[in-house]
Amino acid sequence: MNEESMTIIVFSDDLDRGLAAFNLANTGASMGMKVSMFFTFWGLGVIKKDGSAKGNKSFMQWMMGFMKRGGAKRLKMSQMHMLGMGTATMKSLMKKNHMPSLPEMMVLAKEQGVKFIACTTSMALMGLEEGDFIPEVDEFAGAATYLGLATDSKVNLFI
Amino acid sequence: MKADQTLDCIGLYCPMPIVKTAQRIRELEPGEVLEVLSDDIGIKSDMPAWAEKTGNEFLGAEEEGGEIKVYVRKAGA
Repeated sequence: MNEESMTIIVFSDDLDRGLAAFNLANTGASMGMKVSMFFTFWGLGVIKKDGSAKGNKSFMQWMMGFMKRGGAKRLKMSQMHMLGMGTATMKSLMKKNHMPSLPEMMVLAKEQGVKFIACTTSMALMGLEEGDFIPEVDEFAGAATYLGLATDSKVNLFI
Repeated sequence: MKADQTLDCIGLYCPMPIVKTAQRIRELEPGEVLEVLSDDIGIKSDMPAWAEKTGNEFLGAEEEGGEIKVYVRKAGA
């Protein structure tokens, strides 16, 4: 039986990168690997609840929060977003090809036991709290937690 | 090749055939054979890799038209 682990740092909130990250996470999990995903910096946008975040925030943080409302449904392609047309086209192509959307991939990952960890430093920087994230987040932790997992893992990726 | 259960993944792309295989194999008894239908050519190398990692036995692949049938036997028998 497979006892291998995989970690993925999700640094980006691009739709295409998010899909790649979850593609790998789901495949790893289906192969019996223990998969942990560490969402940091812009990556927090992937695991944010839809809509605006609440909480005590400075004006700068509020602006950032507004411009980057996030939530997996709202993410954009890293290229050819074309004011929304490119991203919409990509989503439509995916649907036509029976490819799961990013939110669907996230549900699948959870079903397969993938762990979601949110970076507390990034949260503090952006004025976000635990309640701003989807309930599927397992842990709020820092780099030491991540490195503890990574040193035991066979595959460590930065996306 | 004879199979105890069939999983139709026609029209699905990586990682869905593998993910669905991982889910479906739980419903088989050890020693039973699962037949997976796919039209994604990647399955010919994905399935042996998956089987090796999960300790199941990859029995082979048959191709007919654009349709590929792969066979996996659940371990533990």
